[in-house]
Amino acid sequence: MRPEDLLFTKTHEWVHVETGPAGAKIATVGISAFALEALTDLVFIDLPPVGRRVQAGRPFGEIESVKAVSDLYSPVDGEIIEVNSAVADRLDRLAQDPYGASWFVKIKITDDSNLARLLSCQQYQKECTEEAG
Amino acid sequence: MQRTPIYQWHVAHKARMVEFAGWAMPTLYTSITEEHLATRAACGITDISHMGRLRFEGPGAEEFLAGVLTRRMRDLRLGQIRYSLVTNEQGGILDDVLVGYYHNEYGQPFYVVVVNASNREKIVRWIDAHLSRDRAEAPGEEIVWSDVTRLWAMFAIQGPRAVELLQPLVDVDLESMRYYKGALVRILHPAAQRQGGIISRTGYTGEDGFELSIGASIAHDVWEALLEIGKPLGVVPTGIAARDTLRLEAGMPLYGHELSEEIDPFQAGLGFACYLEGVDFPGRDALLRIREQPPGSVRVGLKLAGRRVARQGCTVLGKGESAGWVTSGTFSPTLQESIAMAYVRPEWASPGTEVSVDVRGRQEPARITTLPFYRRNAKGTRP
Repeated sequence: MRPEDLLFTKTHEWVHVETGPAGAKIATVGISAFALEALTDLVFIDLPPVGRRVQAGRPFGEIESVKAVSDLYSPVDGEIIEVNSAVADRLDRLAQDPYGASWFVKIKITDDSNLARLLSCQQYQKECTEEAG
Repeated sequence: MQRTPIYQWHVAHKARMVEFAGWAMPTLYTSITEEHLATRAACGITDISHMGRLRFEGPGAEEFLAGVLTRRMRDLRLGQIRYSLVTNEQGGILDDVLVGYYHNEYGQPFYVVVVNASNREKIVRWIDAHLSRDRAEAPGEEIVWSDVTRLWAMFAIQGPRAVELLQPLVDVDLESMRYYKGALVRILHPAAQRQGGIISRTGYTGEDGFELSIGASIAHDVWEALLEIGKPLGVVPTGIAARDTLRLEAGMPLYGHELSEEIDPFQAGLGFACYLEGVDFPGRDALLRIREQPPGSVRVGLKLAGRRVARQGCTVLGKGESAGWVTSGTFSPTLQESIAMAYVRPEWASPGTEVSVDVRGRQEPARITTLPFYRRNAKGTRP
């Protein structure tokens, strides 16, 4: 997956939207290379169970580094339909493939009006430059 | 923001810079875990030029310092260093410091007091206030003192290869220097010309090692020389984030976390640093009273069962009731466990006691442990 094909949140989650069986829109969510670089030394990730309802802009999990803990924010309203539990065992390697094997959850979108508020890759990179500046 | 003498080196080497106590400091270069483990396995060098350094000399220096520090000064031998506290009238901790006693090249005695960067201005004011009162009452013995923080760089050289790393750069035998001893040295580097420095076998990591103070003008050259000599030894530059995880594993308190004006030395486990007999310093009478009372809470170690980290301010719970609070926590790179320091009421303080910690609204099981979490295999350098 190329970052150019993804949408982003200001809180550094990336989102890939596809249409699943029965026409439902599915969001695959992870965190950006910029966020992984900033966090460093990850030690723990807490992801929700399948079936959990999530809301756009509200935490759905947390990721902890030696230095600090950060919430993971849902980009959309929906329901968790799949969790990538394998990432917990490869936290030190997430940065190697942030937009592929390092996805965290898949969410069945119940309200796709949230998608309009997400950033394009270009817009997101601009945000990051400002944040780093 | 204040900059250390080698600020430019940090920036040029892609350190992640953060504000710490008003200074721009490197928090990490590559990763906290890598820098931490390299310190335990070989040696890490850290720019700690933000540490406040106050120099006292003159015939009245010893007596004056004895009147503000919690340790005796009169039996401090040449080249000896003591861990001490500065306390307020209520016995609360204003700072924890290292005081060293040296002779300059003319044989004149002087003292160096190393204070926390975060407390430097407070301690300078405290000393000023006491000095003027002292002078008014006993205008006899002269004291000259100065804040030399900005004139000297300070590097921590910490780890089992520290002697090998530093020996080529100084003219004293480091192997025979004992723990909590220090000396004036000549720096054996072309840039130093005839400049000297002060070295002490002290540190804040739980490893063998040294702390080196040198003139700001030669700091960059000496820093690069250390890295050059250190290459075959596995030496890495380490940021202040690894310094924090290293001191936490070593069970060492940090001002603003385990120590504050609301904490007294006995509950912090620092009673050894308070000599209360036949001395007089601010807080001494209060400490005599506090020593006789059972403490409200005491400093302990915690190991959490899971990998989530209990950080400063988290509540410690015993059987669901508040039993204390966490002061520092991290995921220990050496032990690969979630560790923390906390103050808990004495009935919860015995090692092995099962408690829980409220980590962001969820109760995490934990167990009280003794400190430190990590102890190196000592070879002749025990305190």
